[in-house]
Amino acid sequence: MAEYRLEMLGISKSFPGVKALDNVSLKVRPGTVHALMGENGAGKSTLMKCLFGIYKMDEGEVYLDGEKVNILNADDALHKGVAMVHQELQPIPQRSIGENIFCGRYPMKKLLGFMPVVDHKKMYEDAAELLKEVRLDFDPKAKLGTLSVSQMQSVEIAKAVSMNAKVVIMDEPTSSLTENEVEALFTIINDLRDKGVSIIYISHKMDEILRISDEVTIMRDGQYIGTWESKNLTTDMIITQMVGRELTEIYPKKENTPGEVVLEVEHFSSIHPRSFQDCSFKLRKGEILGLGGLVGAQRTELVEAIFGMRQIVEGEITYKGKKLKIKRPADAIKSGIGLITEDRRGSGIFGVLSIADNVSVASLNQYLKMGFVLNHKKIEDLVKDNVDKLSIKTPSSRTQIQSLSGGNQQKVIIARWLANNPDVLIMDEPTRGIDVGAKYEIYCIMAELAKQGKSIIMISSEMAELIGMSDRIVVMCNGRITGEVSGEEATQENIMSLATKFN
Amino acid sequence: MNKSKANSKRIVDLLINNAIIIILLAMVVFVGITKDNFVSQGNFVNLSMNTAVRFIVAVGVSGCLIVKGTDLSAGRIVGMGACIAGTLLQRVDASNKFFPNLGEVNMLLVLLLIIVICGIAGLVNGIIIAYLKVPPFIATLGMQTVVYGICLVYTGASPLGSFRSDYTAIGTQKILWGWLPYLVIFALIIGVAMWFLYNMCRHGKYMYAIGGNEVSAEVSGVNVKKTLIIIYTLAAALYGIAGFLLAAKSGGATVNSGDGYELEAIAACTIGGVSTSGGVGKISGILLGVLVFELLKTSLQFLGVGSDYTYIVQGVVIVFAVALDIRKYIAKK
Ligand SMILES: Nc1ncnc2c1ncn2[C@@H]1O[C@H](COP(=O)(O)OP(=O)(O)OP(=O)(O)O)[C@@H](O)[C@H]1O
Ligand SMILES: [Mg+2]
Repeated sequence: MAEYRLEMLGISKSFPGVKALDNVSLKVRPGTVHALMGENGAGKSTLMKCLFGIYKMDEGEVYLDGEKVNILNADDALHKGVAMVHQELQPIPQRSIGENIFCGRYPMKKLLGFMPVVDHKKMYEDAAELLKEVRLDFDPKAKLGTLSVSQMQSVEIAKAVSMNAKVVIMDEPTSSLTENEVEALFTIINDLRDKGVSIIYISHKMDEILRISDEVTIMRDGQYIGTWESKNLTTDMIITQMVGRELTEIYPKKENTPGEVVLEVEHFSSIHPRSFQDCSFKLRKGEILGLGGLVGAQRTELVEAIFGMRQIVEGEITYKGKKLKIKRPADAIKSGIGLITEDRRGSGIFGVLSIADNVSVASLNQYLKMGFVLNHKKIEDLVKDNVDKLSIKTPSSRTQIQSLSGGNQQKVIIARWLANNPDVLIMDEPTRGIDVGAKYEIYCIMAELAKQGKSIIMISSEMAELIGMSDRIVVMCNGRITGEVSGEEATQENIMSLATKFN
Repeated sequence: MNKSKANSKRIVDLLINNAIIIILLAMVVFVGITKDNFVSQGNFVNLSMNTAVRFIVAVGVSGCLIVKGTDLSAGRIVGMGACIAGTLLQRVDASNKFFPNLGEVNMLLVLLLIIVICGIAGLVNGIIIAYLKVPPFIATLGMQTVVYGICLVYTGASPLGSFRSDYTAIGTQKILWGWLPYLVIFALIIGVAMWFLYNMCRHGKYMYAIGGNEVSAEVSGVNVKKTLIIIYTLAAALYGIAGFLLAAKSGGATVNSGDGYELEAIAACTIGGVSTSGGVGKISGILLGVLVFELLKTSLQFLGVGSDYTYIVQGVVIVFAVALDIRKYIAKK
């Protein structure tokens, strides 16, 4: 048996204006979890897409079990034993779990001895078997769309298992999972590893990497930096290799002083009885208010309702001493409230538009001549300022946003709201998919905004970040506000106990 | 070695992506050399006048396409514009006048009336699409039939002719020693105005944003409903103007004037790079698309291809153009 399950040697890949991969190598041993790390735009996803046949590499060779392979497309990759678990690659939610697993290679039987038809009985039996392997207790006949994100991910893994995958790629698989779901995923990963499957694991979450991985390969600016055994690594060492310099602090010093109440939310209740109910809280001027809770606590739904994206049966907003009626996001923005949504793809980016358009879209009202003509000069400056402020990695501001790396897309959305300059900025999972270095920059920006007297509501599922940045934390559980703690008193334990009050 | 390979690949890509335009140019050169009258003032002016009217319709449709919609009522609204103009701008002494007792109506007034009436049809389209969320394909299909019905009821299906000479002049006269038709001036003004709207105004940015991602647009403070309504209303107003010009150009109008223009316009937009998946499209591209289409028709005509066959070629070109457009999109990966 070859020493390595997978060897990628000398891989290069260029896009117009960027050299995304420059002579990168990756060697993965059988039965190990291999973490792939690097800053936003380092080229991790690109490398994996080359491996999986989504992109065609310009140069380089791939060996599977010592044998040279040439992967043509995703289907070919699957047949050669490489699978990718991808959140964005949503299969067919309207069809059953079983059909999704066996899509394209249904077990067949002959009806009346000659007519080939799909053998549904066998398909569902096999599917049930596979679901058991990934510890998913579901009827394979259930529609895929009824599952949560993490459960769909498990189905994808089941599919990989059923194809006898030798290598499974996971690109930021935990970015929208609850802690329990992460645990479940890790159990599955461990099972796979015990079976000899190699897993390539991409994540920006250090603690996960150190826990689950056996080896770590680090990339920087499209180049290979090195491979280390995880047990010899510490978070600091990884960061230093990733960023190319040492990062001493995780959170900036905060110099803001919360003042009078600017925003008061009272009795907010969703039209859906199982969503948020009777939620009230206050936000002060110059305050960073954390909104804590487990994934699924309806925090996103609550802030989206405040922003006019969701309907309520009851609820009042008092803003700067006046009652505010918000029927749609435009109303909120006009009053000086901004929201960075959680779902970057669904309600954040304009894929085919340029970075400049993506940054400026929410601020056009502020740059009008005669009421409808745009002041292009000022808008260009605005875009440039904010792209620089967030050090967004792009060949030019005319580049389409969809060609940026995930983390850089997120930065563009943040730039959009900095450009808009609202008095109250709601940030829903603002650092999702963002690398450690950039996270610090975003924290600095938040601290700076608060110091200027802007107010911030931050939803975060990362407990450390919530505690590190918030002046005060309001905690939700199952759609209700279960309490609040001040920034100084906040600990993992007291937040968790509020977040699980009804469980 | 690798570099030259990449370069040659790029050239091949360029050729394939612009295949339609390249093939067409080759055809035009061929026809130009082999047929005497092709390169002539008469043909040039004729072509530019045909292009002018269709360009105005295509620019109208382009807004709908950019926001991932469509407008199937375009052609019939052109017809409505033509019929209104036809009934109000007949010679005072014409026999068989539609309104026998009508005097000379101010032409500008008629144009404004057409813009308003056609605009209302577009407004209804927009409201149905924005508020009732009826898919644009269906909403405008309904409007297509309704408008046709209205024209039938209004004109009683009788053909209209005997227009005033000052009206037909708009559609036939030229300046600059016969090189520049009034129609082209109209089209140019509209083209420039729409370019300005698409590129320099907030409305344009909002339109592209909605096409790029409607939810993101809403969340970024774009009034999506209002923008959609403006787009469909403006489009219909442009169809009305095109109808006004079309009747002047052909010297007559019937309920079937403008029939099928919507499909030609959609095809021209697509050939000109307005993406069927939304968010992308330029006025210059649309002009190119219309020009390509008209050149195709004229060339085939000069080559002596029967009009029945011309339809087959046009159909093939439409599908081919969209396939190439999508190829470009996939190749981006
Ligand atoms: N389709 C594309 N077209 C053009 N450039 C691209 C394309 N895909 C990726 N890139 C560029 O390649 C580089 C690497 O991107 P990649 O997505 O691999 O980064 P990443 O390491 O996955 O980052 P992140 O942690 O933010 O997800 C970036 O500079 C990106 O802009
Ligand atoms: Mg990535």
